[in-house]
Amino acid sequence: MNWITNYVRPRINSLFTRREVPENLWTKCDECGTMLFHRELRENLNVCTSCDHHMQISPRLRFEALFDNGAYAEIDVPAPVQDPLHFRDQKPYPQRLRTAQKATGEKEAMLVAEGEIGRTPVVAAAQDFSFMAGSMGMYVGNAIIAAAERAVASRRPLILFSAAGGARMQEGILSLMQMPRTTVAIEMLREARLPYIVVLTHPTTGGVTASYAMLGDIQIAEPGALICFAGPRVIEQTIREKLPEGFQRAEYLLEHGMLDRVTDRRRMRDELIVILRILQHMPPAVKGELPPPAEGPEAAPQPDAAAKKVAAQESGA
Amino acid sequence: MAARKEFLPMTHYLDFEKPLAEIEGKAEELRALARQNEGMDVEKEARGLDKKAHDILRDLYKNLDPWRKAQVARHPGRPHCRDYIAELFTEWTPLAGDRAFAEDDAVMGGLARLDGRPVVVIGHEKGHDTATRIARNFGMARPEGYRKAVRLMSLASRFRLPVVTLVDTPGAYPGKGAEERGQSEAIARATQKCLQIGVPLVSVVIGEGGSGGAVAFATADRVAMLEHSIYSVISPEGCASILWKDAERTRDAAQALRLTAQDLLKLKVIDRIIDEPLGGAHRDPRAAMRAVGSAVGDALAELEAEKPGALVRKRREKFLRMGETALPA
Ligand SMILES: [Zn+2]
Repeated sequence: MNWITNYVRPRINSLFTRREVPENLWTKCDECGTMLFHRELRENLNVCTSCDHHMQISPRLRFEALFDNGAYAEIDVPAPVQDPLHFRDQKPYPQRLRTAQKATGEKEAMLVAEGEIGRTPVVAAAQDFSFMAGSMGMYVGNAIIAAAERAVASRRPLILFSAAGGARMQEGILSLMQMPRTTVAIEMLREARLPYIVVLTHPTTGGVTASYAMLGDIQIAEPGALICFAGPRVIEQTIREKLPEGFQRAEYLLEHGMLDRVTDRRRMRDELIVILRILQHMPPAVKGELPPPAEGPEAAPQPDAAAKKVAAQESGA
Repeated sequence: MAARKEFLPMTHYLDFEKPLAEIEGKAEELRALARQNEGMDVEKEARGLDKKAHDILRDLYKNLDPWRKAQVARHPGRPHCRDYIAELFTEWTPLAGDRAFAEDDAVMGGLARLDGRPVVVIGHEKGHDTATRIARNFGMARPEGYRKAVRLMSLASRFRLPVVTLVDTPGAYPGKGAEERGQSEAIARATQKCLQIGVPLVSVVIGEGGSGGAVAFATADRVAMLEHSIYSVISPEGCASILWKDAERTRDAAQALRLTAQDLLKLKVIDRIIDEPLGGAHRDPRAAMRAVGSAVGDALAELEAEKPGALVRKRREKFLRMGETALPA
């Protein structure tokens, strides 16, 4: 890996990306109403400093905070056939795509990258709710397949941050087919015995929840995240009764045995490092800020080799 | 026409079949009159009406638009999973329960033989009258239904039995308990199990292939659809209300979604279309069911010699390739 392309360039790029310049310097927390200054909010990973409400965070901001020194390399996602159904509702689908691209400065609803977290090599994928509600179409499917293939080829675990309103209706049946397609990708990881960690963020619903977002070896959610197959409104219409407080929220799912953990975004990175290093028989990570690597990141340690080393140490060799 | 009477004492006409209902009604009236008045000969006139009805039926069904197909796919007289099992399979031995919480009557599953060949059958069952529709939850499975399917697929895999799935569901049940017990996870695990088993997996969409609830059974080596069945990411009603903000725009939504067997074959999402009798499967259920039986038999024969590893690999490759083919502009 090259220092300039992997560390400096993303930093420079981020300075010029439209989305990094906030329209308003102040954001109002939709939970408690506190006005939050954008620098402070960003420093706090878009978590309200007053009530801990977790707001949306873009994949780029998340990756910058996740990877050591904010350094990561984007992984190319093969471009799918555009608008395969020639879908048109009130607007043609290509027009909706262009609008989303302009608004977000992103190509599509998922970003895939590789880098290190706590010196642990990983591949990470993050879904972008601000891009057509993060909806799962062929691009998102291709992104997950590309992430899994890269993880298998480089023997790295995959961390996936989900956020989606569901399937991309404008791709019709082909969006539905991303459920089996992404499941094939998860099978590749399973067979390679590589950890697949899912971090469910607000909201994760529909076909996304019913495929790759529920198949993690470890399932973690951010506090307050809505996680469901059918949304609360659809259910209320069907059963004609009020749903209980907190229904389908992360804490509710945890209580019902559907999640391993609910973790604050600000502690997520440390927790992911601990989990990944235990699952891969690696020694505990050095906590805290790490200096930029002097000669580029370390080569990915082979989990098997690491396991052997641990075993050797235990036996006193 | 006699076959229809045998299955359907009361014909249910769809809205677009009104002109047909009129003619068939007249023919029936005429014959009833003749039965009451001995010596009265109406056969010639009645036959004329029959011929006219046949022509109307042929014209109506020649080019059914997607919304009409959705209505045919949901026709109450259409043969359902239960009917297929009775017609096509022998030694049907239902197996119940997910071993965790409950038995789900929206999903039928069990052991059977198709032309003597031992198989595991799994399918959604919608019910055929008010009582059975409620008991079957209108074919909308809860997590237990998918977990039962996972259990039966594992059983099939262990004992080297091919799996036949019959898909006919509006979608997974959107209920409080279903969500609490992990509807999403249950569907995801069923799809995953479909991709893991080293035995032939053949799926037929016999009516409605509703979103994730359908995928959970239809991630198969061979997927066939009956001519007028549908398979979609969302119902036309749901799509109309979300994208058009108008629940009445179902015709436009059905058109845009490309949910017909004909479009899905072009997109290579399915492998085969099974022809229906003129006027839809509900007009001659037995013929429709036999056509399905023979298509399933063909597919199983094709897959019989495949080794478990090759089956799994090819099944995965098939789904990875999906999306490479677009519809012509
Ligand atoms: Zn707040």
